[in-house]
Amino acid sequence: MKASAFAYARATSVANALELLTAHGDKARVLSGGQSLLPAMNLRLISPELIIDIGELAELRGVAVKEGVLTIGALTRHVDLLKSSEIAAHAPLLTEAVAHVAHPAIRNRGTIGGSLAHADPASELPACMLTLEAILIARGPGGERRIPAAKFFTGIYETALGPQELLVAIELPVSPGSATHFFHEFARRHGDYAIVGLAAQAVVRDGRFADLRLGFFAVGDRPLLAGAAGKLVDVAITSGVLSGALSALDEELDPLEDQQATPAMRRHLAKVLLARCVSALLGRPDLLSGATA
Amino acid sequence: MTTAVAISFVVNGEHIEASVLPRLNLADFLREYLKLTGTHVGCEHGVCGACTVRVNGDIVRSCLLLAVQAHNATVETIEGVSDSGEIADLQSAFRDRNALQCGFCTPGMLMAAQDLLKQSLSPNRQQIREHLSGNYCRCTGYQAIVDAIETTVRTRAGRLP
Ligand SMILES: Cc1cc2nc3c(=O)[nH]c(=O)nc-3n(C[C@H](O)[C@H](O)[C@H](O)COP(=O)(O)OP(=O)(O)OC[C@H]3O[C@@H](n4cnc5c(N)ncnc54)[C@H](O)[C@@H]3O)c2cc1C
Ligand code: FES
Ligand code: FES
Repeated sequence: MKASAFAYARATSVANALELLTAHGDKARVLSGGQSLLPAMNLRLISPELIIDIGELAELRGVAVKEGVLTIGALTRHVDLLKSSEIAAHAPLLTEAVAHVAHPAIRNRGTIGGSLAHADPASELPACMLTLEAILIARGPGGERRIPAAKFFTGIYETALGPQELLVAIELPVSPGSATHFFHEFARRHGDYAIVGLAAQAVVRDGRFADLRLGFFAVGDRPLLAGAAGKLVDVAITSGVLSGALSALDEELDPLEDQQATPAMRRHLAKVLLARCVSALLGRPDLLSGATA
Repeated sequence: MTTAVAISFVVNGEHIEASVLPRLNLADFLREYLKLTGTHVGCEHGVCGACTVRVNGDIVRSCLLLAVQAHNATVETIEGVSDSGEIADLQSAFRDRNALQCGFCTPGMLMAAQDLLKQSLSPNRQQIREHLSGNYCRCTGYQAIVDAIETTVRTRAGRLP
C-alpha cells in the first residue's frame, strides 16, 4: 500500500524544525530515518498532514565524550552507533544491542532518536537507555527539558515528548571500567523485533554483584528496569537467592499477548534470560539448572 | 501544500531533475519515472528487501525512502552495478549455483551481498546469513544463495573454488 498524500517541509535548522512543529503540532510528524514512520504511513496506520524532514540537520548527528558523559545526537544512525569506537569503549552494551536492531539496510537509515521517540516496547534501544541511566534531551517552544529514561517511556508507542517537542540528544554516563554487560534476545530471525530480551549491566566484586541493572524489553507496554535486581546485589548468590529473584521478576511482569507469544511464554523466557544473565556475569554455570528456553 | 517538490540527484551516474509529490517513494520513482524496473517492490514496509538500492554508497530500502529525501544524493540501482561490471562475478556465481529461480528477490540479494563483500574480505557463512537476514526469497531457499556468495568470496580472494 502507499502513503496517503501529505505536505513536505525539509527543515533547514533545529530552530526551523521547532517553528514548524510549533505551528503544526498534532497535524505534523517529524521524519528522521523513516524506518518506522514510513511503514506506518504505507500501511495507512497514520496519515499526517505535514512531514517535517529533519534528515539533513547535521547538528543533530554524532557521538562525543566529555567529562565522563557520552553524548549522542538524536539523528545518529544505528550503523554509526555500531561502528563508533567511543560507544564501543564507553557503552559496549549499546554496541552489542544495536547489532540486533533490524537489518543492515534498515540500520543505514534508522536513528537512535527515531527508535526512542517511536518507543516500540519490543525494541532494543529503549531498554538499553534504562539500563545505562540515559538522560533524553528534548527541545520545544519553551526551551530544553532533560528527561531521565525511566520517565520517558510511558506506554506502547508513547513517550513523555509533547507534539511540539523534538528529541535532540541522549546523554549516557560513561560505563565504569569495572562494569560488565549481558545482552540477549529471543527473536524468530536475526534482526526481527524481540519476543523477549534483556540488556543488563553489572559491577561484580569478589563474586558478588556490587551493582546490577536489568533492562527487559518486549515484556510489557514499555521497557522494564527490573526491581528484582535488588535481590541479587551485595549477597552471595545461591540457587535459592536466584529463585527468589526469579519470583520477584515474575511479579513485576505484565506481558502482552500477540502473534509471537502468550504472556506465559514471555514470563518463562524472561526468567530464562535472568538466570542466564546472572550465571554468565558471575561465571557460575552451576546456577543454570532448569533455565532452558 | 501537498504540491510537487523539485529534486535533483544522480542515478547510476546520470543527473536527474524531477518534480515529485512528497508521497512518492524512491522505488516507485525509479520504476515508473526512470523505467529502472530491476528494483523490485514486494512488501512496501521494509521487510522483504526486494527494493534494496545504494544511496550515497549505503544500501537502503527504497520503499522506505521518499523520492524527495534523495535530493542531492547519489543513487545506484541493480542496473548501475550490472552495467559497470561491478557484480559480474556475483551474478555468474548466482547462475552457476542455482541461487535464483523466479528472480524476484535477486536484485535485492545481489545489492545486499555486494554490500557485505565490500565491507568484509572473507565473511563466513554465518556472517553472510546475518547480512542477508533482511532479504526474503520465496523460491530458491537460502542455501544456494549463501553458496554463491561464498564462492564469490573465494574467487575474489584469488583462490578458485
Ligand atoms: C523490517 C524492519 C525491522 C525492524 N526491526 C527492528 C528491531 O528489531 N528493533 C528495533 O528497535 N527497531 C526495528 N525497526 C525499526 C527501526 O529500528 C527504526 O530505525 C526505528 O524504530 C525508528 O527510527 P527512525 O530514525 O527510522 O525514525 P522514523 O521512522 O523517522 O520516526 C519514528 C517516529 O519517531 C518520531 N521521531 C523521529 N525522530 C524524532 C525526533 N528526533 N524527535 C521527536 N520525534 C521523532 C517520528 O515522528 C515517528 O513518529 C525495524 C524496522 C523495519 C522496517
Ligand atoms: S518492498 Fe521494500 S523491503 Fe519489501
Ligand atoms: S528467486 Fe524467486 S523469490 Fe527468490
